[in-house]
Amino acid sequence: MSTTERIIPDRLRSPMEQRLKSWETLLLLVAVGIFVANSFASPYFLNAWNLSDATFNFTEKAMIAFAMALLIISGEIDLSVASIIALASTAMGAAVQMGVGTPGLVLIGLGVGLLCGAFNGVLVTRMGLPSIVVTIGTMSLFRGISYIVLGDQAFRGYPESFSWFGQGYVWWVISFEFVLFALIAVIYAVLLHKTNFGRTVYAIGNNATGAMFSGIRVNRVKFILFLLTGLMSGVAAICLTARLGSTRPSIATGWELEVVTMVVLGGVSILGGSGTIAGVVIAAFVMGLVTFGLGLLNVPGIVMSIVIGALLIGVIALPRLWSMWRLR
Amino acid sequence: MLKRLIASRETLLIVAILLLLILISSRFPGFIAPSNLANVFNDTSPLILLAIGQMIVILTRCIDLSVAANLALTGMVVSMVNVALPGLPIAVILGIAIGLGTILGMINGLLVWKLQIPSIVVTLGTMTIFRGVIFLISDGKWVNSHEMSPAFKAFPRAELLGLPVLSWIAIFAVIVFTVVMTRTTLGRAFYAAGGNPHAATYAGISVGRSQFWAFTISGALAGLTGYLWVSRFAVSYVDIAGGFELDVVAACVIGGVSIMGGIGTVAGALLGALFLGIIKNALPVVDISPFWQLAISGGAIIIAVALNAQANRKKGRIILKRAEQIR
Repeated sequence: MSTTERIIPDRLRSPMEQRLKSWETLLLLVAVGIFVANSFASPYFLNAWNLSDATFNFTEKAMIAFAMALLIISGEIDLSVASIIALASTAMGAAVQMGVGTPGLVLIGLGVGLLCGAFNGVLVTRMGLPSIVVTIGTMSLFRGISYIVLGDQAFRGYPESFSWFGQGYVWWVISFEFVLFALIAVIYAVLLHKTNFGRTVYAIGNNATGAMFSGIRVNRVKFILFLLTGLMSGVAAICLTARLGSTRPSIATGWELEVVTMVVLGGVSILGGSGTIAGVVIAAFVMGLVTFGLGLLNVPGIVMSIVIGALLIGVIALPRLWSMWRLR
Repeated sequence: MLKRLIASRETLLIVAILLLLILISSRFPGFIAPSNLANVFNDTSPLILLAIGQMIVILTRCIDLSVAANLALTGMVVSMVNVALPGLPIAVILGIAIGLGTILGMINGLLVWKLQIPSIVVTLGTMTIFRGVIFLISDGKWVNSHEMSPAFKAFPRAELLGLPVLSWIAIFAVIVFTVVMTRTTLGRAFYAAGGNPHAATYAGISVGRSQFWAFTISGALAGLTGYLWVSRFAVSYVDIAGGFELDVVAACVIGGVSIMGGIGTVAGALLGALFLGIIKNALPVVDISPFWQLAISGGAIIIAVALNAQANRKKGRIILKRAEQIR
């Protein structure tokens, strides 16, 4: 649709200057700014336990966002992630009713996530269908299956040991989910920035045809990325279900939007080809702090969604407006 | 000519719809009584209106996920206007609904055209913003039936030649947009912009402007449907038509509108919407829980998009088939 011009500068900027002017630095400043503003706005903000609670606002979404970042960098998208959570959670709930123990539940959660990811991946890579439509379709299909199974009912009765995944603390205020989030962030950062696989993801996003002629198995890489996104949705489903202690078919409604917002806010180009995991990590903190701060000020959830929607558009629009204004 | 007609998407869909009707009527003959079919059509009219707008947007290689939120916001605004000024004529209400919907569509269109933000991002964003705004203006409260004026509620139900006004509006929109899409430069520009943006640009068609107008039309239809929706169901709240955008996209995809742009007809969108509408109305009749509907829509999207891809893969895209044959 739009052709981007690449201007090659006469002299490269120094690495230091480059780093200072990067999106990540800007975002980090925003995060610090929000943190400071929040601590002035509410006396309850600067409290270790409250801050620890605030991390639950973003850890589960961020786990999916890391995989989604890779997928978006490769030029695809998965809008079905929230519905995968619903389906995986429903499967785990059904298993609980049959008396399956915690290890079995975890395996079921991960397995359903992988299966859903594989389903998306097959449709996109084998049949050559556009990922936006496929995942809009699976978005209603997966959640639809949850509705068929559950209707207006809910699954409860998760074992005590299972709830640890969502409510457990590893040390003092450091929750299990936060540790898992940090661990996954490191794994994805290494995968994207330090391995051949990561380089192929960028190559595909910048020029899929070129990548194919360079000997990259484009479809296989994309399939793996869909698998990873499904798997991370399964992980998020385990954490969320364990935290809530119940499953309804409306679980995690609208999360796909927040996950995509997190990725785009983190500086990943929605057109593919660029972005970093560090950016997504900072974006996760920014969104978590914003929602937590607004929550402390008693702003209702739906109003926060205005902020999220505006962030999503504003983050892309503002740099473009800025460059249009500068060229004038 | 005849061969092309048989192989066309629309004919296939008509056959599929007839088969579906035969299948349902084999167990429940009452379903295909003319009065019931008229009911089904009336029930599907909002979907038809939105699917026409969505089809035009998809033609230009975009997607509009904000239609249902636009509908809900417009519906809330007109019902609040009605509560505040019960004496306002329906023509003014219609004007407000279409006007507001158009403005909301233009916001999407401007962001896509002037800032070149991918439409999926824009409309995902505006979708949540619109829903949030409904909450802000209504304070989360409902506008209930008894608060609305009788004239406000009566308009879509009023009968004209045996059919409700709602159905007539859908029929009118189908005719108008069939003419617009096949007989005007604007309509052909939508096909050109989506079929081959580069060629369209060289032919002097602004792709961005076409996309802007597509979103504007989609918004206007969503606004109109917003009023019809709240007056027909006589209630307005934050979550009305929640998730309806998926049905709208499903109707288009089932109707043979290619998500890659440039392929699709008003008749296709109409038939796609009717197909979904019949299934939706038949579910309670054949005693299947309404909870199945979401999964059926999703499954239908996937199957339809797979079929579309198969059909479009074989041949190259020829925009003016007929002219080439004459030559």
